[in-house]
Amino acid sequence: MKASAFAYARATSLANALELLVQHGEKAKVLSGGQSLIPAMNLRLISPELIVDIGDIKELRGISVKGETLVIGALTRHADVLKSSDIVKHAPLLAAAVAHVAHPAIRNRGTIGGSLAQADPASELPASMLALGATIVVRGPGGERRIVAEQFFTGIYETRLAPQDLLVAIEVPVARKAAAHFFQEFARRHGDYAIVGLAAQSVLQGDVFADLRLGYFAVGDKPVLAKAAGKLTGVTITPALLAEASAALSDELDPHEDQQATAAMRRHLARVLLTRCVASLLNRPDFLGGGRA
Amino acid sequence: MSSIRVNPETLTVLDRPNSYIGKTVPRPNLDRLLQGRGTYVSDMELPRMAHVVFLRSPHAHAKIVSIDAAAAKQMPGVLAVVTGKELAAVITPWVGVLSHLKGLKSAPQSAIAIDRVCWQGEAVAAVVATSRAAAEDAAEHVAVEYRELEAVTDVRTALDAATPVIHASLGDNLAFERIHDAGAVDQAFAESDAVVEAEFVFGRHTGVTLEPRAVVADWNAGEARLTIYQGTQAPHMVQNIAALHLGLREAQVRVVCKDVGGSFGIKVHIYADEMATYALSKLLRRPIKFVADRVESFNTDIHARDHRCKGKIGVRRDGTITAFEIDDLTGIGPYSMYPRTSAIEANQVVNLVGGPYTNKNYRARARVVFQNKNVMCQYRAVGHPIACSVTEGLVDLAAMKIGMDPVEIRRRNLIADNAYPCASPSGLRFEQLSHQASLTRIVDMMGYEALRAEQAALRKKGIHRGIGIASFIEVTNPSAAFYGVGGAKISSQDGVAVRLDAQGSVICQTSITEQGQGSESLTAQIVGSVLGVSMDRVRVILGDTDVTPYGGGTWASRGAGIGGEAALQATKILRKNILDVAAVILQSTPAELDIVNNAVVNVSDGAPRIELNELARIVYFRPDTLPPGIQPELMATKHFVPREYPFAFTNGVQAAWVEVDTDTGFVKLLKHWVVEDCGTIINPQLVDEQIRGGVVQGLGAALFERCIYDERGQLTNANMADYLVPMSCEMPDIDVGHNVSPTRETELGAKGAGEAGTAGAAAAVTNAVNDALNPFGTIITEIPLTPQVILTALGRI
Amino acid sequence: MTAPIAISLTVNGERVEAHVLPRLNLADFLREQLKLTGTHVGCEHGVCGACTVRVGGDIVRSCLMLAVQVNGASVETIEGLSDSGEIADLQAAFRHRNALQCGFCTPGMLMAAQDLLQHNRTPAREEIREHLSGNYCRCTGYQAIVDAVENTARARTELRA
Repeated sequence: MKASAFAYARATSLANALELLVQHGEKAKVLSGGQSLIPAMNLRLISPELIVDIGDIKELRGISVKGETLVIGALTRHADVLKSSDIVKHAPLLAAAVAHVAHPAIRNRGTIGGSLAQADPASELPASMLALGATIVVRGPGGERRIVAEQFFTGIYETRLAPQDLLVAIEVPVARKAAAHFFQEFARRHGDYAIVGLAAQSVLQGDVFADLRLGYFAVGDKPVLAKAAGKLTGVTITPALLAEASAALSDELDPHEDQQATAAMRRHLARVLLTRCVASLLNRPDFLGGGRA
Repeated sequence: MSSIRVNPETLTVLDRPNSYIGKTVPRPNLDRLLQGRGTYVSDMELPRMAHVVFLRSPHAHAKIVSIDAAAAKQMPGVLAVVTGKELAAVITPWVGVLSHLKGLKSAPQSAIAIDRVCWQGEAVAAVVATSRAAAEDAAEHVAVEYRELEAVTDVRTALDAATPVIHASLGDNLAFERIHDAGAVDQAFAESDAVVEAEFVFGRHTGVTLEPRAVVADWNAGEARLTIYQGTQAPHMVQNIAALHLGLREAQVRVVCKDVGGSFGIKVHIYADEMATYALSKLLRRPIKFVADRVESFNTDIHARDHRCKGKIGVRRDGTITAFEIDDLTGIGPYSMYPRTSAIEANQVVNLVGGPYTNKNYRARARVVFQNKNVMCQYRAVGHPIACSVTEGLVDLAAMKIGMDPVEIRRRNLIADNAYPCASPSGLRFEQLSHQASLTRIVDMMGYEALRAEQAALRKKGIHRGIGIASFIEVTNPSAAFYGVGGAKISSQDGVAVRLDAQGSVICQTSITEQGQGSESLTAQIVGSVLGVSMDRVRVILGDTDVTPYGGGTWASRGAGIGGEAALQATKILRKNILDVAAVILQSTPAELDIVNNAVVNVSDGAPRIELNELARIVYFRPDTLPPGIQPELMATKHFVPREYPFAFTNGVQAAWVEVDTDTGFVKLLKHWVVEDCGTIINPQLVDEQIRGGVVQGLGAALFERCIYDERGQLTNANMADYLVPMSCEMPDIDVGHNVSPTRETELGAKGAGEAGTAGAAAAVTNAVNDALNPFGTIITEIPLTPQVILTALGRI
Repeated sequence: MTAPIAISLTVNGERVEAHVLPRLNLADFLREQLKLTGTHVGCEHGVCGACTVRVGGDIVRSCLMLAVQVNGASVETIEGLSDSGEIADLQAAFRHRNALQCGFCTPGMLMAAQDLLQHNRTPAREEIREHLSGNYCRCTGYQAIVDAVENTARARTELRA
């Protein structure tokens, strides 16, 4: 499986990269980590004429805290996310999520920008961005713009990025006091794409959720910020309320069927995750049914 | 070393001084592989070597209307584009049948399809270029016009009148049918206290060897000789078949194996694209390399295990099994594989069901039907996993029905260890097995009672763990009864030549082959032990038909039992020859001498008399110093073939301890145990590692692996992200124990061990999952046990 | 623009100058141009781990990198790690425990194991299994490999003590 022939350009700067993308448009593909692009090319699923390698662009690197915002450069490797004390401190959900991305060798190359631009509905990071209320920073021919994560992902492998755009950074509000996160995914083997997964971020006041953001992945053609979370916010949770929220979640989701699961199974697993999430965040093991491994 | 009073001639190899038999010694020559300095065929380069890429049919069944290669031939680097018709001038087609499988029929298969393609992935043209990438580029420009035909893709309807017949000349889609009826099955069922039935469904598998199939075929027109570099398990078979179909004499063909990146039976067969590669080399008069890429591997490496088997068991209240009955249906590809046939797996299923038990009433029907899917043939443990899963699943169902513990029902029905020799109702002859001792041992190893207590305690907390047991028998050391009797040119004998070289090292050539199981090591251990030399002085040469004796190779777990015996016998002769010369040199008699630690020594006091390298020097360079008439012979060759028993059966039992998350359907493999009896063990570590590797392939079958075809005959998961193979996180630790029942047919007493792990692992896990889910009243008899299957069975979705 | 591109890099400490087509991936570059065939190709879609090498000290899938991307970089393959002696103890542990059978996964497995031991000196068995979860082995069933890595970690700890 050898890729079709293509031309290669290594962008020397952000401006240079944008120039190349304007020039070649749909015929070019951006090479960031390459962990999704290159397999697709080896399998000849895609055959771009030009690869624009953005690996040298320094402006796209780095993690920093600016006031109440954690700014993560698009070229930040997954391995860097895991090692970053800023992320552990200000957005631990991200670190939890990235630990599930594939395997060490992939994490050494794959980038956060690449993962978000790829928008695989089964991947961990897009849903984590929804849960964190993140903003995606994009540069294009028209300059820089910001797109909230909830608006960014539009379909399978589809985002609001145009062919001439480059995702340059992600802005995440730093975690508030009394913030807690939950992350779990069901995957056949460690590192596989999830069958269903949940990235959740909450703010607790006593045993009440002041805020609860449930970012589901592998539940359809894009990640879903579950509206059912509203039923659990600002109230004391009871098993009956949890059941109600669970039913609402099931109605809200429109999962796909594939070789791993039917739509019904995905709905079921999403509800299992909801229960486990709430039980974990509130430290209420009595909310769990029997039968867990 | 104290003096040896006993005549060393009467000692067996197991108790000779410094014997390596039964010892864990690290395999020789591993450094090469550890440093990345092995030579796999996929690494090879020869001068002027070109690369072939096969254009493959996207349709499961279609007429080839036309092939236009004009544009492709013009592309950079392209040397030739060859169709099936063109290649037919160089290589003849074949038919995968054997006469002892009565009624087996199949149609002729060409190296590259002519006129019609019969499975998605079958080659329709070969593109030869200076690089793989250039050939792939050109392949995109070969225009093939197809007319799609209806594809036969459901085994359940393959024989219906309304279903198209794939090969009109054959009349129907039935490749083979076998019926067996022993004892009085109907009467036995009538007299049973309970009769239980189930349908067992098995996912189609493939081997997924990490190194894909790779061939370098090198036709030297000047020598009129073809050298085939191929990681085959059976080089002499390949030599015979390549010669036959290319119109050459065997002596014109040399097959060299090199290092092999995994085989497990995948690389023991004859593949159309590999035959095409040999033919292309002859046609183009230059070396041609073919390395299947991973997608090709999924679509064209043999598949296996595609079975739907109805099973029935009768039992009395006291636990006595009264009868087994099966009706097995398996869907192969459009052709029976060559030369081993695609009927052997089903034949084995019929042979092996019920094998460990005393029951004498057994009826079986197995039907093998053609499909427009990839070809199917022998893959590690051939048929055993099916037979074991069906048998052990039925035994557990019977136990459940009468409320008996699964260990207890087995204890009451397994053949007693002192009941041998005996035969199964399917006609298998057992020399000596140890089912009862093995069961007792595994119960002890796993702490059965403690696990049952733990299971009960955790159930109260809503945690569902289960224990599964699976007893099995295993075919090893096959005689000519397997293939030869049917007309296949597959040798059931093997040979070893050993010689003492001029520096006192031992050079050993063996016809068995190495794919990582330790063939080289077991040979060196035997030679070193029998001769009395240290292993570091033994060099083993294998995998080259020009340089080794003629033999069968390594498959069906025959390397240790057959090749090992040949090594033992050949070395005994060499030892005798050396002592004859030594006696002359030392003015002694052979009976007073022995060889220990690379030197000839006195039997009486162990004192060294002459080093082997000194003896060699004299023989090779100073025969003038020997008495007149002496003609020393420091080389010996012996072959061995099993004659008395058609197969040397081994036996074992496996146990699985699992936890099932009833919310998600996920199964966690907590622990696994195997007790196995393979007779004399040459290297305990190598045997245990064969078992572990085999178990994990069976665990893959139980939980993960399935080739998923859609109704149109498209393989929809032909990549490593979607076909799930076992990876390290999900696999348990596996404890292995042994009993030893040597075969008396050989001096070595070794039986085979390569496939035992795979035979019983899936059965043990399936039984364990059903045991875990017992409170829910679910019985699942299909694998793989995916989360979806389990949640569906539980009624959760 | 699809013409060969000049690259300059170090491979196993040796300076290498080469011309490569953009589409040539790092695994094929190492194997075919530099004849370092210890890095193996098993799937070409980044799943099996047979092609694992080190770039800039980090393990990567060489089938998922282009040769042009390692211009100016330092690449280490199994041959380099063997010759420097860096993993001699790990290789000895593999040999002793028979943690390889056919040997095809072994270079990648050794790379991943050494990477683990460099980041975690006393990994538990579950951690070893997790770090190696991206390296496919069909022969061993993994237990012997886990044992060998665990034994090496213990020996290195004892050496330091």
